[in-house]
Amino acid sequence: MIMADSVDLTQKEIQRYSRHLIMPEVGLEGQKKLKAAKILCIGAGGLGSPLTMYLAAAGVGTLGIVEFDVVDFSNLQRQILHDSDRVGTPKLKSAMDRLKSINPEVKLTGYETRLTSENALDIFKNYDMIIDGTDNFPTRYLVNDACVLLKKPNVYGSIFRFEGQASVFDAEKGPCYRCLYPEPPPPGLVPSCAEGGVLGILPGIIGTIQATEAIKIIIGKGETLVGRLLLFNALKMQFREMKLHKDDHCPICGKHPTITKLIDYEAFCGLTRGETSQVEEKKMDASVEITATELQELWKKNPKLKVVDVRNPEEYEICRIEGTTFIPLSEIGSRLGELNKNDQIVLHCHHGMRSMRALEILKNAGFQNLKSLSGGIDAWSVEIDPSVPRY
Amino acid sequence: MSVEIQIPVALARYTGNQESLKLSGASVEEAIRNLTSQFPSLKNHLLDKKGEIRPFVNIYVNDQDIRHGKQMKTALKSGDVVTIVPSIAGGNK
Repeated sequence: MIMADSVDLTQKEIQRYSRHLIMPEVGLEGQKKLKAAKILCIGAGGLGSPLTMYLAAAGVGTLGIVEFDVVDFSNLQRQILHDSDRVGTPKLKSAMDRLKSINPEVKLTGYETRLTSENALDIFKNYDMIIDGTDNFPTRYLVNDACVLLKKPNVYGSIFRFEGQASVFDAEKGPCYRCLYPEPPPPGLVPSCAEGGVLGILPGIIGTIQATEAIKIIIGKGETLVGRLLLFNALKMQFREMKLHKDDHCPICGKHPTITKLIDYEAFCGLTRGETSQVEEKKMDASVEITATELQELWKKNPKLKVVDVRNPEEYEICRIEGTTFIPLSEIGSRLGELNKNDQIVLHCHHGMRSMRALEILKNAGFQNLKSLSGGIDAWSVEIDPSVPRY
Repeated sequence: MSVEIQIPVALARYTGNQESLKLSGASVEEAIRNLTSQFPSLKNHLLDKKGEIRPFVNIYVNDQDIRHGKQMKTALKSGDVVTIVPSIAGGNK
């Protein structure tokens, strides 16, 4: 519970927040609560951009941001915190500068570090709530567990292509993220945004929903998303709502918790139930990777070398390596007949992850002479042929 | 017994990009069986080897999560909407 009486508003602040102050749902008391509030946002990217900008504008007193990445050209399509001239510079600085210019009244604290089991509790303890704007499963489970252990609300949002999810996980009042999804998918089974793409405005919508929930929790008004999962589909322009239940058997917020401190989340997300052998196999197979330069030499020596591009058709439209055979990963299992087991085959994708999965499929089908291009077509563009556009 | 199954975009590549399908089935188990016999490559993404729902996939009948009810045995009536919602992690990069 955030108390309003610990702070006062200056005349300048009264002017700035007048449209809040004159509405009964916020009023002076609500605005003071916003000023007294301390919110931590994990990530200043797609979701972090709109939500930190709105929270700063709304007058949240203290905003903490955890971010260690640098601004990339491919971020600009949706990460509206960052300007074009910030490409190549730290995201945290770019975010703090933008937020400061939106509202100099806000106290900003930056953490230029990766969130880990070692630092999470220490950082979180200074805040009233945490907003999860990350992009990977280990960090999402880490954020959840740290919030449950510290009894803090976790404002959740997640996006893929044109679909999004949002909820508020507060184990004191309802389910946590683990009640919703007890375990993460094994690596590679669910595509990431970097792999599957994301509609630029989607994080704008989901991030703004997260900011709305944060403000409602602070001012104590309305019905939050505790116990509800909001699903959004931008193509259908449809919101749906699912009921969430607290799981009595939840390992962290259930009746008999087995997780009482933060764990190793990389291991938890890499070695889930029943997938152990597959992951170990993948690790051993690192030796089947070749570099772009090695591929070029191999191709010169063996002009009959079969180089198979396993990316999606949309990616093939953007760029390709001349002389390759195109079979998307999702089709390779059913198009094995187009490949010859006696051929030497090199598989490639965008960055080298999907080609490793394709290699597993071919290996299981009895192919033996297989390699995967480390770093994918991106490495080919950097090392061999700069006329191939990077994306 | 005709029900509607909604497929998330993350899995639609296994259903020939169809996001909504009409199927028959008196229980979730039957409807999912009918779905995966049409699209065999989808099965591994929904069910484990024992035929149980994978822990990173939720199946809702209308707005209720079947994990907190009768699971795969959940009965269906005509017009029910079965929604598959997998765990997604995107948001920052």
